[in-house]
Amino acid sequence: MQLNIQRPILYSYFRSSCSWRVRIALALKGIAYDQVPVNLVKDGGQQFSAEFKAVNPMQQVPALKIDGITITQSLAIIQYLEDTRPNPRLLPQDPKKRAQVRMISDHIASGIQPLQNTSILNKMGERKVEWAQQCITSGFQAIEQILQHTAGRYCVGDEISMADLCLVPQVGNAERFGVNLAPYPTITRINKALLELEAFKVSHPSRQPDTPPELRS
Amino acid sequence: MSFSSQPILYSYFRSSCSWRVRIALALKGIAYDQVPVNLVKDGGQQFSAEFKAVNPMQQVPALKIDGITITQSLAIIQYLEDTRPNPRLLPQDPKKRAQVRMISDHIASGIQPLQNTSILNKMGERKVEWAQQCITSGFQAIEQILQHTAGRYCVGDEISMADLCLVPQVGNAERFGVNLAPYPTITRINKALLELEAFKVSHPSRQPDTPPELRS
Repeated sequence: MQLNIQRPILYSYFRSSCSWRVRIALALKGIAYDQVPVNLVKDGGQQFSAEFKAVNPMQQVPALKIDGITITQSLAIIQYLEDTRPNPRLLPQDPKKRAQVRMISDHIASGIQPLQNTSILNKMGERKVEWAQQCITSGFQAIEQILQHTAGRYCVGDEISMADLCLVPQVGNAERFGVNLAPYPTITRINKALLELEAFKVSHPSRQPDTPPELRS
Repeated sequence: MSFSSQPILYSYFRSSCSWRVRIALALKGIAYDQVPVNLVKDGGQQFSAEFKAVNPMQQVPALKIDGITITQSLAIIQYLEDTRPNPRLLPQDPKKRAQVRMISDHIASGIQPLQNTSILNKMGERKVEWAQQCITSGFQAIEQILQHTAGRYCVGDEISMADLCLVPQVGNAERFGVNLAPYPTITRINKALLELEAFKVSHPSRQPDTPPELRS
């Protein structure tokens, strides 16, 4: 029996910060893949279709079909890529530094982003933007403090890590909601340095297959 | 200069995130001291200047160990796994590891943060209904995923980080009156895990800061 070796397939939305994290990882590790866009707004949200539910019962992006399995949850995907395609590394070898990378990543992926994702914001009605700003502000205050201890050129020392993959998309969200970033000089510096790298550019929301023409750069 | 000491865990008896770490410490046989942080009293002790110096994120759990302080329950658990690997809490096979992380993250990012104290306080009267909705929708997805991954426990037959996330989340579900009948796999696994010593000794009803009326 011949196995059909397919490229990985990423279910993604151009503007989803969680999807962007995974797009960066795939780009950094030089993994070619196909993208299936899932529009979180159109048709009541395409993530709620029966078809996509079969891909991911959690009804969220991103989801990655790779090596015969489907993985969801951006950090689970990224760490699977790390376990199976270890170069270049996205997690340091030192356990204490690994803990710092995971701590910063989780603070963003559990402590900030879920509180301001689409389904929560829809419950906030008119308070939507104010709510998103509060979540991000309070989260970024903590991160700015943590980075005083951990950051070098990037979030943890001088090597790009999973924490950086979480930071840049979250700054993207912050900008989208009009959060003033002046109080966070370390976050700003690191974000700027990362956005100069090809992997962060090619994965940018403005350059995806499903980016609307008016937002395309 | 001598370092004391056992690790120190900043914890709240009823915090499901703290419970995850208490289970890990118990499973790995790591003795530790506990400093309770009451999330309700005094406007929430996590907001004190003293605790902010421990954790700028102003949340529990936080673990002081090996000269560093780690926050975020899954970062703590994976540090324990990296440094005290026995017994293991993550499988060696990368695909199974991905499943463990996926289920753990679904709970730790996709359910719990949406129904934690600070969010519920914004929901006012809708608080309980909101918590029930978050948990129900999250558990529907987990029940489906477990059809593919579960053996005796969430992923195969070995206890993993996913199980450490599941039991405390079921605890939250019960606290908010969520009907668990639609989730037989979750229920079965939860029951099996609660029979184990590590899940008992770490239970919210048996902590230094458990109020007398809730103590078992």
